[in-house]
Amino acid sequence: MVTWTQKRVEGWGRFPTTEALCARPERWSEVQSALTDRNGDHILAHGLGRSYGDAALLTGGRIVLTRRLDRLLAFDPDSGWIRAEAGVSLEEVNNLFVPRGFFPPVVPGTQFVTLGGALAADIHGKNHHVHGSFGDHVRNVELLTADGRVVLTDREHEPELFEATLGGMGLTGVILAMDLQLMRIESPAIEIETVRVENLDHFFEVSAESAKWPYTVSWIDCLARGRHMGRGVFMRGRHAPAGAKPGGALLERLKKFADPILDVSAFETNWLLNRFSIQAFNETYFRLHRPGTESAVVPYTPFFFPLDMVRGWNKLYGSRGMMQYQPLVPHDPERRAMRAILESISKSGFASFLAVIKEFGEVQHGGLSFPRPGVTLALDFANHGKPLHDLMDHMDDIVLDAGGRLYLAKDARMTKDRFQRMYPEWQAWKAVRDRWDPNGVFSSDQAQRLGLVDTSVAARSAKAVAS
Amino acid sequence: MSAVVIGATSAIARAMVRQWASRGHAVAVAARDVAEAERIAQDAAVRYGGAHVAVPFDALDFDGHKAFVENVAERLGGIDTAIIAFGDMGEQAESELDFGAARRVIDTNYTAAASVAEALMAVMGPRHTGTIVGLTSVAGERGRRSNYIYGSAKGAFTLYLDGLRGRAHGEGVHVLTVKLGFIDTRMTWGLGGKIPIASPDDAARAVYDAARTGTESMYYPHFWAPIMATIRAIPPALMKRLPL
Repeated sequence: MVTWTQKRVEGWGRFPTTEALCARPERWSEVQSALTDRNGDHILAHGLGRSYGDAALLTGGRIVLTRRLDRLLAFDPDSGWIRAEAGVSLEEVNNLFVPRGFFPPVVPGTQFVTLGGALAADIHGKNHHVHGSFGDHVRNVELLTADGRVVLTDREHEPELFEATLGGMGLTGVILAMDLQLMRIESPAIEIETVRVENLDHFFEVSAESAKWPYTVSWIDCLARGRHMGRGVFMRGRHAPAGAKPGGALLERLKKFADPILDVSAFETNWLLNRFSIQAFNETYFRLHRPGTESAVVPYTPFFFPLDMVRGWNKLYGSRGMMQYQPLVPHDPERRAMRAILESISKSGFASFLAVIKEFGEVQHGGLSFPRPGVTLALDFANHGKPLHDLMDHMDDIVLDAGGRLYLAKDARMTKDRFQRMYPEWQAWKAVRDRWDPNGVFSSDQAQRLGLVDTSVAARSAKAVAS
Repeated sequence: MSAVVIGATSAIARAMVRQWASRGHAVAVAARDVAEAERIAQDAAVRYGGAHVAVPFDALDFDGHKAFVENVAERLGGIDTAIIAFGDMGEQAESELDFGAARRVIDTNYTAAASVAEALMAVMGPRHTGTIVGLTSVAGERGRRSNYIYGSAKGAFTLYLDGLRGRAHGEGVHVLTVKLGFIDTRMTWGLGGKIPIASPDDAARAVYDAARTGTESMYYPHFWAPIMATIRAIPPALMKRLPL
């Protein structure tokens, strides 16, 4: 038996928001009941709601919240393999296993994601160029499929289902559990170096010379123009050797800078983040770093999950919500697409508070998995409505022309046509999905928007529309 | 040290398993759904270490209770803490239409709970040590038209624990009555309302502390004590007119 209750549901960007009947199963048998007791509605699993747009929303459908499926089922201290349920968060994994000398092989910019969500979005981290994406470290999945069976799938048993589930945005079934390979670390600390980069070409130089560092990412001042375009602070890191103690002048300066900002602690207003406050922030943050290279030893949380310290930071954007824009474009010695995107942003007058740029490695998967060789940019914008959406449409064309794509976990608005050109494998992926879900049980607002599912139900539009 | 959580697949019972396991107890996880019980026992082992076991348990199989308790005692090498956590809220409307449904609610929440507690006393009494924790409900404090079948069964269990406490005291066993208000579990999922709902983990921590310090009876969340005192004081002639 499972209890459904109407709830407001939103992604991390709080745009769009919607309502759906939600269940929160505590037993596997209840997840199975959710599948039979749904009155013909579509179903979607939903973890911690950290995808930004409508990937985890299902207007008028039924959402299965996985947070109570939070059990760790096995751990092998010799090999580092864990077996865990889909609702276990990376925070829980870290709290339990960092003290035992293990770390997840891939983490995103927040540890408040579930393992099920991490696999469904095939998330990437600062180490994509050496470790690939999350799915590379998962060896099997227990999946509740549309026919009500629990299928154990891996690279040998139903390999097509396994591959389609990896990055499959929860549309192949409800992920119940998985085996994940943790990696050994000697210390919870991270040795970091920061390099102030003066422009876009400089970023690529530093990125190339940092290829041996397992973790690389660069903050970028997306308001800088002309010869300063692409200036920022490149960060590279590696797990510290045993006994390393956090410290260093850079750490002290960053703390002094961060503490008053963290004190702001999430109050909701549409006026806090604007072009001028962001410009001031960017200038201060850039100047905080001396030209050249600096090093420090820092705890792992501020290095990997800086924003987790501000619970609910998404509310800083106010009631209008925010939109992420994360494109990826293939390598190009002249960086034409990247320059065109940065130029469009600085010309538009919209400022991105959080902008990061990173080069991906060679590892890629088919289907809907995002990473490809190339360079990715992640931008946050307050949701300014149509003018912002127009800017994004314009940038979509730049991305498409360059042979690039957008990250589905961040998307709330791209068109079906553009999506299908960005992800040419979508049809092959859909053929596998449809074979396992011939009646279209699993769905999401995003999947309906992008044509990833056939929907017999009349297209439903999210309650919130662009203002 | 060892503990058994009987009826272990609810969110509150799972939190009890984690709480006792985190304090170094070997925990027997008893439930009808053995696959779930295995997952819960594994989780405790991965998180906190220790050897925890899953044991099949069916509340309505009265004849099996004695063997169940003996089996647990043997596997754990004695029982230091036993938590009677199973229950079935049923559906009041269904219970009114079908006494079979009402009887199942009464048997699960009262008859089976008493039966298991007697079986536990038979094993724990001779050792003159240990604690029996009975999870009952604020619903058992006053009959209310909206759930009087469940409420009366929980109320009977509360009374039973009161009496058992006296007998157990003579045999060196402690009895803790836990009257639960709204906890964030399957039972309260979807109850809109203004009454705060407590997390299962907080409840488990409070119950562990109460068991350790020899508390006789507690409400959780604690603010339910004055609420229930008020509700108990309502005269029957008024109570029958209230939509409670």
